Amino acid sequence: MHNSPDFKIPIGPQHPALKEPESFSVALKGEKILGVDIRLGYNHRGIEKAAEERSYVQDIYLIERVCGICSHSHATCFVQAVEEIAGLAVPARALYIRTIIGELERIHSHLLWLGVAGHEIGFDTLLMYSWRDREVVMDILATITGNRVNYGMNTIGGVRRDIDAPQAEAILNALTILEERTKYYIEIATEETTIIKRLSGVGVLSREDVLRLDAVGPTARASGVKRDVRVDDPYAAYAELSFDVITDNHADVYGRTVVRVKELLESCKIIRQALKNLPQGPIAIRAPRKIPAGEALSRYEAPRGEDVHYVKANGTEKPERVKIRAPTLANVQAVKHMLRDRFLADMPIVVAAIDPCFSCTDRMVALKEQAGGRAKVINWQALHNFSIEWHKQRGIDFAPLNKKLKERLAR
Amino acid sequence: MGALFYILIFPGFLFIIFFSLAIEFIDRKIYARLQNRVGPPWFQPLADFIKLLAKEDIVPTASNPKMFKLAPILALTSVITAFLYIPLWKTGALFSFNGDIIVVFYLLTLPTLAFFIGGWYSTSLYARIGSVRCLTQLFAYEVPLFMGILSSALLADTWSLKEMAVFYTQHPWFWMFNLLGFGISLISLLGKLEKVPFDIPEAETEVVAGSFTEYSGRMLAYLRLTLDIEMVVGSVLLALVFFPFGLNINPALGFMLFLLKVLFIISLISLLRTVVARLRIDQMISFCWKYLVPLALLQILVNLILKGTLLK
Repeated sequence: MHNSPDFKIPIGPQHPALKEPESFSVALKGEKILGVDIRLGYNHRGIEKAAEERSYVQDIYLIERVCGICSHSHATCFVQAVEEIAGLAVPARALYIRTIIGELERIHSHLLWLGVAGHEIGFDTLLMYSWRDREVVMDILATITGNRVNYGMNTIGGVRRDIDAPQAEAILNALTILEERTKYYIEIATEETTIIKRLSGVGVLSREDVLRLDAVGPTARASGVKRDVRVDDPYAAYAELSFDVITDNHADVYGRTVVRVKELLESCKIIRQALKNLPQGPIAIRAPRKIPAGEALSRYEAPRGEDVHYVKANGTEKPERVKIRAPTLANVQAVKHMLRDRFLADMPIVVAAIDPCFSCTDRMVALKEQAGGRAKVINWQALHNFSIEWHKQRGIDFAPLNKKLKERLAR
Repeated sequence: MGALFYILIFPGFLFIIFFSLAIEFIDRKIYARLQNRVGPPWFQPLADFIKLLAKEDIVPTASNPKMFKLAPILALTSVITAFLYIPLWKTGALFSFNGDIIVVFYLLTLPTLAFFIGGWYSTSLYARIGSVRCLTQLFAYEVPLFMGILSSALLADTWSLKEMAVFYTQHPWFWMFNLLGFGISLISLLGKLEKVPFDIPEAETEVVAGSFTEYSGRMLAYLRLTLDIEMVVGSVLLALVFFPFGLNINPALGFMLFLLKVLFIISLISLLRTVVARLRIDQMISFCWKYLVPLALLQILVNLILKGTLLK
C-alpha cells in the first residue's frame, strides 16, 4: 500500500502544517512526491460581493479584513484605486504616513514568516525568537494606529491619524532594536548548518519558471527577477525614497529566506528616510461621498508580492465592482512546480516559502460533475433547505427545538 | 521482600515513573527557558498523565484492535524492565549476568518496534508513514549508539554493566578516554528518543503525530510515559557507561551524584534540541552512517590500542 502509485495523503484542509484550510492531496512513492493536487475554496467569504453592497468608506474597513497580516496593503490598494477614480490629490504627508505603516507592516509580516518557516522545519527556537521580536513592531503599530492588526489608518483622500514627534522617536528607537536583531537573524539563516541543509536546493523555481508562471514578490526576487511594484510603478512616497530591491540567485527556499531577512533591513532604511523627510501639512482631504463613474486598477507591493485591486464606480456611493487579486493567487501555481520530485518532508516549507495567505486568495469554486461536466450553482435558501434535509435523513432534526425556541421567544 | 521492594518501589517502577515525569518537566522547562518562554509548572507532566488516563480510549474501526492495544503495553514494560539491569549509584544492579548489555540494548529497541506495530496497525495514513520512518531511523541511529556504548565495554573487557562499573571504579580516570563515544551516543540517543533534529517520525508539520496519530486516552498516556522513561533509561545508561565515577562512595552522596549526572545529560539533550532544525530522513541516515559510524570506529580503535598498551 505504502509503495503503490495511488498512495495519496491529504495535507489539509485540516492539518498541523497549515494555518488556514486548504487542500493539498499529495501522491507519494515512499517519501518521494509524485504529484500534488491543490484545491482552493475552503475559506471563501464573498468579500468582493459584500463590497458592492456597502459604501466606499465602509468598504475600506471590509477590505482591510481581507487579510489579517497585510491588512494595510489591501486597504491602501483599494483606497488608491478609489482616489484615482475620484481624481483626489492626496496630501504628501498622508502618502508618507501610508509608506511608514506599509513598511512597518512588511517588517511584522516578514518576522512572522521567519517564525513560521522555522516551525515548518522543526526549528521552534527560531519561531519563539522571531515572534518575540515581532512584538516590538506590533507595539509600535499599536502606539501609532491604536491596533496591532487592522490598523484602520486609511481613508479616502488620506490617512486618519498623524504621527507626532514622540511617536516618531518611538519608531526610531524600535528600529534600532529591530535592525540589531535582524542582523542576528541574517547570521542564523546564512550560517546555521541544519537550516541550510533543510532550505538550500529545496523548492527550486528557475528564472524562466518565474516568468512563465508569473510569480510575484519575494518568491520572484529570490530567483533573480527584479520585480517590485515600489520601483516599477511607484505609489505613495516610494518615488522620493531611495532603497534597493533585494534579489538573490539561489532560486530556492534558502534564497527566499535571504531575500526576506534582507528586506527587513531595507524596510528599516525606508522608514528612517520617510520619518526624516516627513512633509508638513494636512493628513487628509475631504472626499466626496459619491464617487464619479469610472474605473481604476491599483497595484501595491504587499509583503507577499504584488497586490492588485480593480474598482469600478458608477456615480453612486457604492462601487459597482471590486476585484481583488491577492499575491498568493499568483504564487500558488508555482508551488506545484516547486514540489516536483521533492520529499514529503519538504512539502510544508515549500508551501510556507511563498508565504501563503489562503483566505485572501480564495475563490468560489463551482463543482462540476466529472462525467457530464455540468456545473451546479444553488442559492442560499436552497442550500439551507438541503442541509436541513441532509441532517433529517441522518436522524438529526432541529424542527422541534426551533419550535420550542420560537414559543419561548414569543412568550 | 527486599527484592520486591526494589523492583516495585525504589528504585523500581514507582520511582522511575515519578522520576521520568520530573525529568520530562526539567527537559521542557530548560527547552522553554532557552527559547525565551516561561515553560510549564512542575506538576504539568503528572497532570497531563492523569488527564490522559481519565480520557476515553478510541480504537479506530479499521485498525487491528489487538495489535493497536498491545503496542503501548509492550513498549512500556520493555523500557521499565531495561531499567532494572542498570547499576544506578552503586556498582551493583538488581539483575546482572554476563551479557546483560545486550539485553538492555534489546529492551531499548523493543519500544521502537512497538511504535511501528502500533502505528502500522492503526491504518491511518500519517501513522503508517510515521511508522515506516520510525523503522528507517532505527537502522541509522542504532549502530552508532551500540558501537559507542560497546567501545566503553571493550575497554573494560566485559559484557556486563555491573562488571563495567566495577572496572571503572578500579581504574578511576579511564572514562576520560571514552568522551568521543559519549558524544556519538548522545547524538544517537536523540534519534532513539525522537527529539529534534531527529524527530522525523513524529514531525507534526508533515505527518501530524506519526505513529501516535490515532492514539488517545490511556494508551496515549502509556506511550508518552514510555518516551519519558526511555529518556531516563537512556541517560542513566549513558551516565553509567561514560561517567562511571563515584559509584562506591556513601549511598546518599552517590545518589546526589547520580542525579547530577542524569541532569547533565538531560540538559545537553535539551540544549541540542534547542539549537538545531529537524533534518530530513535521508539527511539523517547519511549523517549517521557518514559521520557517526566512522567516529565510533575510531573510538573502538583508540580503545583497542589503549587495551594493548595501558592495560597490559
